[in-house]
Amino acid sequence: MTATDYAQAPTPGVSARKREKRRAVRPAVYIVKKLLALLLTLFVASLAVFFSRFLVPGDPARFLLRGRSPKPEALEEITRQFGLDQPAWEQYLNWLSGILRGDWGRSLTYRQDVSDVLLGRLPTTLQLVALAAVFITVLGLFAGIVASLNKGFGDRFILITLTAAGAVPPFVAAIALVALFSVGLGWFPSFGSGDGGWDRIWHLTLPALALGITYIAMVARVTRSSMNEQLLREHVEVATSRGLARGSVVARHVLRNALGPILTVSGVLVAGLLVSSAIIERTFGLSGIGQLLVQSIDRLDFGVVQAIVMVVVAAFVLVNTVVDLVQPLIDPRIAAGTESR
Amino acid sequence: MTLAIQLPQVGLRRYGSLLSAMAWGALAVAAAVVLLSLFASVLAPYDPDYVDLNNVLAGPSGQHLLGTDALGRDLLSRLMHGGRTSLLGPTIVVIGSTVLGLLLGLVAGWSEGWVGKVLGRLFDLLFAFPALLMAMLAIALFGKGLFAPILAMTIAYVPYVARLAQSLVVAERGRPYVQAYRVLGFRTPWVVLGRVLPNLIPTVGAQSTLNFGYVLADLAALSFIGLGVQPPTSDWGAMIEESRGALLGGYILPAFWPALVVVLVVVAVNVIGEELSDRIGGKLS
Repeated sequence: MTATDYAQAPTPGVSARKREKRRAVRPAVYIVKKLLALLLTLFVASLAVFFSRFLVPGDPARFLLRGRSPKPEALEEITRQFGLDQPAWEQYLNWLSGILRGDWGRSLTYRQDVSDVLLGRLPTTLQLVALAAVFITVLGLFAGIVASLNKGFGDRFILITLTAAGAVPPFVAAIALVALFSVGLGWFPSFGSGDGGWDRIWHLTLPALALGITYIAMVARVTRSSMNEQLLREHVEVATSRGLARGSVVARHVLRNALGPILTVSGVLVAGLLVSSAIIERTFGLSGIGQLLVQSIDRLDFGVVQAIVMVVVAAFVLVNTVVDLVQPLIDPRIAAGTESR
Repeated sequence: MTLAIQLPQVGLRRYGSLLSAMAWGALAVAAAVVLLSLFASVLAPYDPDYVDLNNVLAGPSGQHLLGTDALGRDLLSRLMHGGRTSLLGPTIVVIGSTVLGLLLGLVAGWSEGWVGKVLGRLFDLLFAFPALLMAMLAIALFGKGLFAPILAMTIAYVPYVARLAQSLVVAERGRPYVQAYRVLGFRTPWVVLGRVLPNLIPTVGAQSTLNFGYVLADLAALSFIGLGVQPPTSDWGAMIEESRGALLGGYILPAFWPALVVVLVVVAVNVIGEELSDRIGGKLS
């Protein structure tokens, strides 16, 4: 993605000369600003995650060794490993430079590098989140579009269903889906992630649905209200009066304009999916980073917990930045500053 | 001292009489659940921890209205007692985050200079930590139970309230009544706390009501994965976890009742919260 991409989209109401000027400065400034904000947020977040350990009173070596035998040699090893005899800011710098170099410390439970443990678990979580994202996009957009195009009973019915679905916490959805489709009908497995390929998808279907239910409802509601707003606009009326087919009016003139608010929520969505996957993976016995997080809390393996928290926060901030950067491409008015989000 | 100008006060009273039938229903459900939980020790037919191995996984009957769980414990009694822990957490979180959020939002919205900007950045940063993630980090630090997640979620929900309060205060600051007070020489704290704050309460209240539902669901989820309320204390999330074995064996009821109650309460709270925000006409994020 280059700076000129931003300027190529025509900006209505701006003269050619002004557009020329904007091409020179604005997109670059916009991108740099967003990237600086990204770095700043990541930096402050890393401070918060690292120094959270200092909130616990008492000896840090003993805190890190909770639930394990506090033998002198173990205390010595942990002191050396975490550099506990150094000043706090030096510990932080070591930790940060380690993370940047890919050295995430060692897991006390697995006796392995944290990065190896994480990498081994990452595919399952990514597949689960990706499948959930597919469900959210397809079902959420579909329900929202259908609701906004059907006034009256259909709209009300979908809206009430969405209100109810949005109030079902993922873990309750998981239990309900297992009760219905695993125990009741026997269509889907209730445990494990299966072998690769279709078997994997078959195993991940119920977890992904449970994980996505809140966001399916959220995306559907945002789509519905965003489309309703667009349907009343003049350009849609013009398009309809020009005799364009209903389908192409909706796709090109309504949906495209309605995508902005939907994209805006996707940062929250990704972070929410990653966090909720902790609960869903545990319920369905999937060995992803979500289950690893819960296990590491259980087994008092704080280094792993810190790493996972940092990964989720980074994912959230990254997705938000990407959304901010992509949005002007989809909706040139944002780059031109003529329409606030 | 009396003031010559009578200024309109915006309060909940103006909206209270106009609730829809659905909102009244939601209010009734919420009230019933709160009362049954509050007076559980008087109303519950059995001791929630009384194990009766001769009466395991019984269906609903005259003796056990909702049936029994895998240890023969009365489900209705456990639900009622579980309501205490399940409702206490969200109540503390919502009160704490509302008070803190209002204060920070007032300061951020009122101060035009760098204080507002720095606070705004801080709210942005807090948004990057999902509440459930913060709660899990806190549990990793301070141990399992209710204390750590309640503390973490109170902080995690502050920006939701504070950001809203900040934008409301910025809007209020420019209105004539505030300028009138300023011209008349009233002290800033009096104007802000006495006159601006009451105008924020309805909108912020609607947001906090919605937050209650989210917090309840998240705390129940934590208990469900064994990080929150610890057994044998009854809690809706923990009850669902305890009944998973029975569920896989085909006994749905022990998991169904607590799941139903959680969903009912969250729906009720959402309906009330959305009704309030619709009445007020404020836009919630």
